[in-house]
Amino acid sequence: MHSPDITPRKSLYYDYKIYPFTIPPELKGESPVHPVVIVGAGPVGLAMALDMARYDIPVVLLEAAVQVSEGSRAIVFTYRSMEILQQVGVADRMMESALPWRAGNSIYRGQRVFRMEAPANDNSRYAPMNNLQQQYMEEYLVDLVEQHPLIDLRWGTKVIDIPRNDEIAVIQVDTPEGEYELQAQWVVAADGAHSKVRNLTGLRMDGDSFEGHFVIADIKIDIDLPTERLAFFDPDWNPGNTVLMHREPGNIWRIDYQLPKGETPEQALEPELLNSRIQAQLDMIGVTSEWDLDWSSVYSARAMTLQNYIHNRIAFAGDAAHMLPIFGVRGANTGWQDGHNLIWKLAANIKGWGGKALLDSYSQERVTSAWEIIDEASKSTRFMTPPTEGYSLLRNATLSLSLSQSFVRPLYHWRTSRPHNYLTSALNSFADENNSSENGLITGYPASNIKFSNQNYLLDHLGAAFYLFCFTPHGQVADDLIELKQELQAKGVPFEILAITPAAKSTPGTTHIHDPENNSAEVYGTSDFGAYLVRPDQHICARWQQVDADQLKQAISIATGQ
Amino acid sequence: MTNRNIAVTELELIYDSLAEAIDQAGVEKRALYLTKLALILSAEVNNKGTVLQAIEDAALDL
Repeated sequence: MHSPDITPRKSLYYDYKIYPFTIPPELKGESPVHPVVIVGAGPVGLAMALDMARYDIPVVLLEAAVQVSEGSRAIVFTYRSMEILQQVGVADRMMESALPWRAGNSIYRGQRVFRMEAPANDNSRYAPMNNLQQQYMEEYLVDLVEQHPLIDLRWGTKVIDIPRNDEIAVIQVDTPEGEYELQAQWVVAADGAHSKVRNLTGLRMDGDSFEGHFVIADIKIDIDLPTERLAFFDPDWNPGNTVLMHREPGNIWRIDYQLPKGETPEQALEPELLNSRIQAQLDMIGVTSEWDLDWSSVYSARAMTLQNYIHNRIAFAGDAAHMLPIFGVRGANTGWQDGHNLIWKLAANIKGWGGKALLDSYSQERVTSAWEIIDEASKSTRFMTPPTEGYSLLRNATLSLSLSQSFVRPLYHWRTSRPHNYLTSALNSFADENNSSENGLITGYPASNIKFSNQNYLLDHLGAAFYLFCFTPHGQVADDLIELKQELQAKGVPFEILAITPAAKSTPGTTHIHDPENNSAEVYGTSDFGAYLVRPDQHICARWQQVDADQLKQAISIATGQ
Repeated sequence: MTNRNIAVTELELIYDSLAEAIDQAGVEKRALYLTKLALILSAEVNNKGTVLQAIEDAALDL
């Protein structure tokens, strides 16, 4: 019998709520086949459930625990993550308390040797980075999920076996009221780095597991410093290692440091040692305020991924699919991109408007992204935690030179999570005019946001559908495009036309997007009749200087995997 | 002080190659290897003033 811990977790700032286990239909003798069962109600699983419900598809979401994340865990969310979270409806609430920021500092021997500021982008609704503790983010997602009539979140439900994974999947779970089996058309594993689903399927990940272990500690303290990333290299109290600090809402600070060689995680978390190290870090930066420890944990650096994210009826997303290096906020930020990529393709499969190539493209696009991340992140890892004596010497030489020589300072460059550009996706139309268009966005990129006026941005107008962005000076869109829209909608393909125009109205059958100052022209490199086809995950899959219905039909056919 | 410049992408490649060559040389021969490398680069630079300035600058902040 599964007995989840019903004692609220301890925290200095967060009141944990215990969510009730409720008796599911399966324990009342029913045996429905669910279209989608998502395993794991963490950030990625919760967002995917909300994403799927937008396609009018019911979702069962399984969670072994009965409360949200222990400790703050993921705390830094990129603008692209916020755009995805806006789609599922949670971004506004998160931004009420999240701390936006865009600068990072590298400090060596008390001197700031490198500072990087992400450029301000007036067209973006969100700052490059936004800090909020994972508990709040999960709570806000749970609140939406619990209110949603199509989502059945089953707390205290632990996966113990997967007896079938062929025409359908069967999952065996254990609960406080005993075991039962669930049948599903699709199972999505979002159950984290220690994924039970991955273990049960026997799938192995490829890549490297680094030696380094890292302590994460959250403390409550008043520190008069802005919300920026602070990276301290080779501090006296932890020679050769790197210490990171981030501000979280509510006067909570994250301190993150590598363990000295040969020390075990148990030793590192021993309170006296942990406290003395945190104090040493605070002493070093001259902070004398009192502080309390909220939470601490140890994690290890890995760079591994499954080779394929879909196995028969089971799809993997987030840390269940890959374990990525921690430098550069790549956990939740990557997982949400996975989920947002997967969900519309699964929805298309379930609703019958997606071809087989569509699901294959999930693995193709996201495994490629995972390898890009591993490659980028391992450069940061080589600098932050040198794997050999040779790399250690190079790093130390760079630190020393950086005090007087500017040419080495870019080596501190901090590679962070970025939206992936599906340049080689099978869903892109290569017969479009991508190569002949000098300006604008490239096919495969996520559609860039545009600010029209206060609290009115281009991406605010998007939902769970394909969009044709028509840039049109007088709001006119050709009749045959509107006929094609009706034809596609009749077949069940969610498709809308946005007429983006400085004009006060647009052709009936289009959604009028008023761009009075023509702000979109520069970013999209077009003003007269240019068009972009944008997928339901906001990635561009075709663009034209002028589009006709045949070209659009062809591009939709490719983008739906037909 | 000389204004030194190199493209970051090139510097990164050199960084990795040099780290691996140092590991290849082994602990005992590491200093010898690096000294030889400095002499080879001096010949490539072929300018006494530039090399002497570099020798001085490298001694800073050890």
